[in-house]
Amino acid sequence: MLPLNRDKCETFYNDKENAEGTAPSKAMTDIILRTINLTKRYKNRLAVDHLNIEVRQGEIFGFLGPNGAGKSTTIRMILRLIFPTEGDVEIFGASLKEAGQRALANVGAVVEKPAFYGHLSALRNMEILGGLQKPVSRRRIMEYLERVGLAERAGDPVKTYSHGMNQRLGLALILLKEPPLIILDEPTTGLDPQGMKEVRELILALSRERGVTVLLSSHLLYEVEMIATRMAIIHHGRLRVGGSVQDLLKQGPSEVLIKTDRPAEVLQFLKTIDSYSSARIHIGGGINVELDQERIPELNRQLVNAGFNVSALVPQRTLETYFLNLIEGREA
Amino acid sequence: MFRLIWFELIKTFTRWRTYIGFIAFGIIVPLVVTGLKLGGQDSFKRHLFSLLQNDFIIGGNVLNGWFFGFFFMGALWVHVPVVLTIVAGDQIAGEGNAGTFRFLLTHSVSRTRIITAKFIVTLIYTAVMVLFIGGLTIGLSLCAFGGGDLLVVRKGILVIQEARLPYLFLMAYGLATLAMFVVSSLCFLFSAFTDNPIGPIIATMAVIIVSIIIISLPFDLFQAVRPYLFVNYFDAWQKVFDDPVPWDIIRMNIAILAGFMITFFLMAVVYFSRKDILS
Repeated sequence: MLPLNRDKCETFYNDKENAEGTAPSKAMTDIILRTINLTKRYKNRLAVDHLNIEVRQGEIFGFLGPNGAGKSTTIRMILRLIFPTEGDVEIFGASLKEAGQRALANVGAVVEKPAFYGHLSALRNMEILGGLQKPVSRRRIMEYLERVGLAERAGDPVKTYSHGMNQRLGLALILLKEPPLIILDEPTTGLDPQGMKEVRELILALSRERGVTVLLSSHLLYEVEMIATRMAIIHHGRLRVGGSVQDLLKQGPSEVLIKTDRPAEVLQFLKTIDSYSSARIHIGGGINVELDQERIPELNRQLVNAGFNVSALVPQRTLETYFLNLIEGREA
Repeated sequence: MFRLIWFELIKTFTRWRTYIGFIAFGIIVPLVVTGLKLGGQDSFKRHLFSLLQNDFIIGGNVLNGWFFGFFFMGALWVHVPVVLTIVAGDQIAGEGNAGTFRFLLTHSVSRTRIITAKFIVTLIYTAVMVLFIGGLTIGLSLCAFGGGDLLVVRKGILVIQEARLPYLFLMAYGLATLAMFVVSSLCFLFSAFTDNPIGPIIATMAVIIVSIIIISLPFDLFQAVRPYLFVNYFDAWQKVFDDPVPWDIIRMNIAILAGFMITFFLMAVVYFSRKDILS
C-alpha cells in the first residue's frame, strides 16, 4: 500500500530548504511544454512523426497510445534521453536543442520501470540521484521516504525491494526535487489497487493544490480518463487527436446501458423506434443501445411513458471505447 | 564536479565486483611468495647461476625482495588488465544495463560532466589497483627475502644499489599505472558503445591479445604497425632500470600513452553525448 494522501501532499512543496531554484519564471507563457514537429526515425522506421503537443501550466495531460505508438520515444526525447531526428522541445520556454540538459532543471520524471542502484540502500540512491543538481539533506530524504512508506526499509539494499516499492521510491525521488513539471510514464505499473488509487490522488493533489503540471503516459485508459484534464492520442508515431478529455468523450456516438426489470420487452419496444435500431441484449444483463449522451433523458422519458421500470441508464462511452475506435480507424 | 566524483566513488567502491581484483591478487601474490620461500627460490637460483656463473662471481643476497618485486612486475602486468576491465567495462554499460540512466540523465547535469566523473573514478580505481599490487608484491617480497642490491638482466647485467631502488620502483609503478590507464580508457570507450558490461571486457582483452601477438611476431608488416599499438609502450616502466636511464624515450612513451588515454576518453565523450538511451 502506498501511504500517500492529500494532507501529506500539502507539505510536499512547503520545505523552505528547497524553495529556491525550482520555480519557473513568472514571465513565461502558460504553455510550459511544447513539442515542435518532433520526429524520430530509426533507419527505415518512423517512430515519431512531426508530433506537436502542448502541455499547459497546472494541467494533468494524458498521453495515450497503444504499445509501439511512440509514447515512450516521445517522452525520452522530451527528457533528452533520445535525440530527435527533427524538431525540438520547449520546456518553460527554453529550447532543448539550445539549452541542452539545463532545460530539465525544473522537470522530474519517472520513465518506464524505475531503476536504481540495487546494491545501495534507498537512502543512498536518493542521496545520489536526488543530489545531482544540489545536495539534499538526509533529513529531507527520510521525510520523503516516510511519505511513501519506505522509511523503515531506507537502509535496505534496493535490490531487495518489490516492484511496487521501486515505483514508490521513484515517486519519492521526483518529489524530492520538487519540480513544477512532472513527467510520469506508466506510474502505477506494479502497484496494487490501493497503491494505484493513492498515486492518482497524489497526482491530483499535486496538480490542484500545488499547481504542478503533470504529463502522464499510461496504458490504463480509465486512469487517464479519471484524472487528466486534456490528452493526446498518438498512433504509429502521429498525433491522432488532442483536446480536453470531456470534449473528446462527447465526440461521435456512444452507448447507454439500460437496466430494467423486463429487458426482453424493452428490447422489443426499442426495435420499433428507428433511432434505437442498434439496441441489443447486454451480456452482463440489461440492454445496450447506441446513443448520444445528450439524448439519454429523452430515452428515459420514452421508456417511462411506455410503462417500463427503468432502474438505471448508464453511459457506456469511455475513453477506452473512444481510444479503441480511434486506433481501429472507426473514428477520425 | 567533486560531488559527482564522490557519488561515482560510492557506486564503484560499494560493489563487491570492484574487489575481485584485490582478492585475486591478494591470494595469488602471497601464494607465490610462499612457494618461492619454500623451495621455489632455489630453482630461480640454479637457473640464474647457470646463466651467469661462467662470467661472473656472484656474491651477497642477489635473490632478494627487490629482485622478486621486479620479477612480479614483469610477470603480472599482462594479467592486471583483466581485473581492470571488470570495473572499467561496467562504468557506462552497467548503468545502461540496469536502466539507471533513466534517472541519472534526466537532470540538468550534462552528460559530459557525468561521463568525466565516471572516467576519473575509473582512473582512481586503476591507480589504486596497480599500487596495491606494487605494494603487496614488493612488501611481501622484502619481508620474505630481505633487501639488497637489485640484479637486472636486461640488455646485459646491471646491479642497482639498494638506496636508489625505492625511487626507481616508484617511477616504474607510475609508468605502469599510466599504461594501465590506457587499458581502462579503452575499456571505458567500449563501455560507452554498449549496454552489456561483458562486451567491453571481451573487446578490450581481444585488442590487447591481438596487439601483443602482432608486436611479438618478427614480420615486417607487423613491425611497421607496432608504433601505433599502445601495448608497444606497456614496458615503458622497465626503462627506468636501464643505465643510463633513457629519459627522452621515457618522456616520449609517457606522451604517447597519455595521448592514447585522452583520445579514448574524448571518443567516449563524443559518442556518449549523442547516444540514444534506449534501455
